[in-house]
Amino acid sequence: MLSALTLLLVYQLIGEVTVRALGLPVPGPVIGMALLFLTLMVRGGPSDTLRGTASTLLQHLSLLFVPAGTGIVLYGDRLGAEWLPLTAALIGSTFLAIAVSALLLKALSGRSTQAEPRQ
Amino acid sequence: MSGDFTEIWVYLSTSPLLGLTLTLLAYQAACWIHKRLGGHPLANPVLISVALLAAILLLTDTPYATYFDGAQFVHFLLGPATVALAIPLYAQWPRLKAMAGPLLASLIAGSLTAALSAYAIGAMLGASRESLISLAPKSVTTPIAMGVAERLGGLPSLTAVLVIITGILGAVGARYLYQWLRIEDHAVRGFAIGIASHGIGTARAFQVSEQAGAFAALAMGLNGLLTAVSLPWILPWIETLFAH
Repeated sequence: MLSALTLLLVYQLIGEVTVRALGLPVPGPVIGMALLFLTLMVRGGPSDTLRGTASTLLQHLSLLFVPAGTGIVLYGDRLGAEWLPLTAALIGSTFLAIAVSALLLKALSGRSTQAEPRQ
Repeated sequence: MSGDFTEIWVYLSTSPLLGLTLTLLAYQAACWIHKRLGGHPLANPVLISVALLAAILLLTDTPYATYFDGAQFVHFLLGPATVALAIPLYAQWPRLKAMAGPLLASLIAGSLTAALSAYAIGAMLGASRESLISLAPKSVTTPIAMGVAERLGGLPSLTAVLVIITGILGAVGARYLYQWLRIEDHAVRGFAIGIASHGIGTARAFQVSEQAGAFAALAMGLNGLLTAVSLPWILPWIETLFAH
């Protein structure tokens, strides 16, 4: 657990340093993810501890968005004044984007392979 | 007695302990409710936690900055969690590689649709320019969206909130949309929600299956990259289109 967490932090650190050194427009953790992925390709897969730690962390991914989401209290006024355009834009664009991506992917990838049980 | 209480409150309101503990308590309560309601997507844990915490902050008149002093420890874990997405990605790699062409096409179409339609709907209903720019990158993960909004002249912290709402909307509604559109494949379901609803959609996808989660994680990462690179080029063009 501890060694896996350290490994994740080391990759994040490398990612952050890379982003700043090269002036890339993406966040450090995304580069860290790409580098860890490449390492896994070379090494032929994660260790059991790394897999376990990652799965624990990702099971509670929702929790990690809560502090930023609570920032909504800062924007009560603006959300109140522009609630109609903002709500319509958020709802409309989110579902349009999901529908367009899903329908196009389904059409292009042909028959839907191995449909799993419904969620 | 009331003096003691004030003293205790002064301690609690200046220590990070309260913000951190409240975040975890609110989340556990939200998970409990989510479970009690049979995992109903409308009872989304992020939605319930944020509602609980926002109510507490407003009722106790606590500034968000004070709360965040404690909550930042949870927020910080987003970094290592993002890195950890490499593991499910690796596990699904054979299937991802086999679908590379269709995935790329779907990514480009979905990414453009998200930014363009958000701007267009907002503009038609009279949102301010700052709000429109803050809306455009809202389908990608928070740090990228904030960076893009800042560079283009939006309000980064407003973008953060719009990003979260977008994520919750996708996590709550995608299932009904998929049923209506008859999308069954977990790879397709995951990828589309990752494009439109970034990490919160990805978190929801992981609750459904590891395959959906891995495809969502890939879509989230790729759309983050694509939007960071393309939106600065596309936005001026969209703005001319909707200039009045």
